[in-house]
Amino acid sequence: MVLKVFFPSCCSSADSGILIGRWISEQNSAVILAVVHFPFIPVQVKQYLGEVQRVTKVSVSVLGSWSNSKQEKEESLSEFLEDLGTIFCHEPWIQISKERDSKFWSCSTLQKHSKNTQEEEIILVYYDQRKVMLSHLHPPLDTAGQRAEDASKLSAIFDTVARSQVLFMTDRYDEGPIKLTHWQSDGVEASIIVELLKQASVPACMLLTFLLSLVSGICRSRVLKFWPLSFLWSKLSTCEQLGHRLQHLQVISSNKKAQNQNQLMRKANIFVSLLIDVALGILLMSWLYRKNRIGHLADTLIPVADHVAEELQDLLQWLMGAPAGLKMNRALDQVLGRFFLYHIHLWISYIHLLSPFIEMILWYVGLSACLGLTVALCILSDIIALLTFHIYCFYVYGARLYCLKIYGLSSLWRLFRGKKWNVLRQRVDSCSYDLDQLFIGTLLFTILLFLLPTTALYYLVFTLLRLLVVIVQGLIHLLVDLIDSLPLYSLILRLCRSYRLAAGVKFRVLEQQDGKPLRLLMQINPLSYGGVVQTYRLPTYSCYPRDSWASLCKKLFLGELIYPWKHKGDKQN
Amino acid sequence: MAEERRFRSASGVPIALRRRQHSASCRELAVRGPRLQLRSLSAATSAVWLAAYALFALSENSMVLSAAIFITLIGLIIYLHFVKIDQESLLVIGSLGIQVTSSYASGKESTTFIEMAQVKDVVINEAIHMQKVIYYLCILLQDPEDPQGVSEVVPLFQSSKPRLDCLIEVYKSCQEILEQRKTAPQSS
Repeated sequence: MVLKVFFPSCCSSADSGILIGRWISEQNSAVILAVVHFPFIPVQVKQYLGEVQRVTKVSVSVLGSWSNSKQEKEESLSEFLEDLGTIFCHEPWIQISKERDSKFWSCSTLQKHSKNTQEEEIILVYYDQRKVMLSHLHPPLDTAGQRAEDASKLSAIFDTVARSQVLFMTDRYDEGPIKLTHWQSDGVEASIIVELLKQASVPACMLLTFLLSLVSGICRSRVLKFWPLSFLWSKLSTCEQLGHRLQHLQVISSNKKAQNQNQLMRKANIFVSLLIDVALGILLMSWLYRKNRIGHLADTLIPVADHVAEELQDLLQWLMGAPAGLKMNRALDQVLGRFFLYHIHLWISYIHLLSPFIEMILWYVGLSACLGLTVALCILSDIIALLTFHIYCFYVYGARLYCLKIYGLSSLWRLFRGKKWNVLRQRVDSCSYDLDQLFIGTLLFTILLFLLPTTALYYLVFTLLRLLVVIVQGLIHLLVDLIDSLPLYSLILRLCRSYRLAAGVKFRVLEQQDGKPLRLLMQINPLSYGGVVQTYRLPTYSCYPRDSWASLCKKLFLGELIYPWKHKGDKQN
Repeated sequence: MAEERRFRSASGVPIALRRRQHSASCRELAVRGPRLQLRSLSAATSAVWLAAYALFALSENSMVLSAAIFITLIGLIIYLHFVKIDQESLLVIGSLGIQVTSSYASGKESTTFIEMAQVKDVVINEAIHMQKVIYYLCILLQDPEDPQGVSEVVPLFQSSKPRLDCLIEVYKSCQEILEQRKTAPQSS
């Protein structure tokens, strides 16, 4: 079988010594982690390896010998290296030798208990130790339930290098019996800023946890649970967004260290998302409050509301006449039209009542934009909902009227044909009616049928208006969700340090020479941006669309009330 | 050693197959399609700019011209970076796996590596594409639960679509290496 040797590229220029690493017998491959230099005492090497094995649970052992001869090849050295094979008995004993500055190394194996005498082919795979150690392999999403034994060969290699971190702690400036060469042997690097941040994060987390417990205590108090207030809180999307962000803050400020990669990335993503959100919110706030734009906004709000009400009045006058050439029933038309016109009149009066306070309310509400851009967008959505409340009311009236009419018509249609709805059996049965029942039923049916176009027209117009408002609100919520769920830290990591998020590996064939083993370079294949977003998306609190298109159309036709953007916590109808 | 032969794709354009044997168990097969022609590029650009000029003559708005230049540039970049595939190659390393690479005209390379344990077989399949029946080479991936089953089919050379004669050459080369893993002694 083919023997695969994974050699770290940082050890290419190391002095002669012995190779230590892990031998994976199922795959016939050797993962070399470091080179131990002369002089060493074999007993001490074995002791050291035993300690490393105990700490990392990786079966590290001496795999072979490495000779980097800068002068001419020495015969005695090669014999000495072969004799080492008898001291550290390992099957097979790998011997790699490099002559002067030649690119092509010779690699051979010594098998003492070999069953076959033929020369087995050797493949030399170079890998960048630091990148493989720091990288995190993402398996394809559909094979989530893999057993440990089925773990792919590559993940075994990544795992080996990642868990042997303690082996890379000693560098060549440390005094000790063993001298190693690995990627950190030129000195351990660390960043002062990172260390300072780590030290400062502990008291900061504790302070944040304390503040959050205060805030959540206030939120949970009985005062806010009375009926009108709790109904208000559940309807306002701002409160939901604030609750969501509070949850996020609790996740970040918890004292427990992240267990695995996923949790760490989640915490980092939430932190960066909050930071960007608050930064954008403060930017928006500074833009709004400069040159008194808030005042201008408040001044234009009342005229806009007035304008909307006037447009609605014009629309109703049009409906009360002969809209689009259709002939309506005059009496019903006038009743409905006057009813809605009176509503608009009431609404205008209320708006005018509030007008002196609008500027002050808006000024204070605008201050809450510093909590984040998402909160500002939610407030905007809520303001739109409040301003178009009369459209919502009209829609409900129109829908209820239409719904009643449709149900009445369907039931009287059954009477017309001599059938009845059996509630017990949930089916339509034939039924013999009395003459006066039939007479009144037919009369009512005719009345309802001829009044249908008028009601249907009012229903259609107000449903379209309502859908318009719903679409605008939906777009705002879509934007809020996007800001909430985008994993910014993961995307920045993929941009700057793409080797940390690996979808797999790629091999490049290096220059070959006949008689020498096959040389390959193993590089990390980074995850695509779509894959990054899919893997590390933060969960949001809304799920849409609630209804499929078919059920939406059916509800519209029957006149049932539609709420297309429902949130996860709400009870199903 | 490397050798190159000319073939035709399913739609008739000339393509070239290059075979390199790096070692006894490592082979690289690359199919190269025709490069972007200057003729077609100038034709497309002139068509867009003529249309923009006609619009400008109608509407007297100079934004149309700058928009046309912008669209041409962006469209060219998107085409070179995401659409035009110059070369598709297959690197078969016995006992490690199969690597499939697509190189785009802008130099971008998109690579997928499939480990040998996941590869069940490499076969030539027939497919109905538009109004034709074409042959394509694909890798069958092993289903981890069912040893006889196939979990996924990965089609190869999708943009160059070589004809059967070229596919047979590639198939023979791949099978020679895949057979080695059956004759090698299996370890648990």
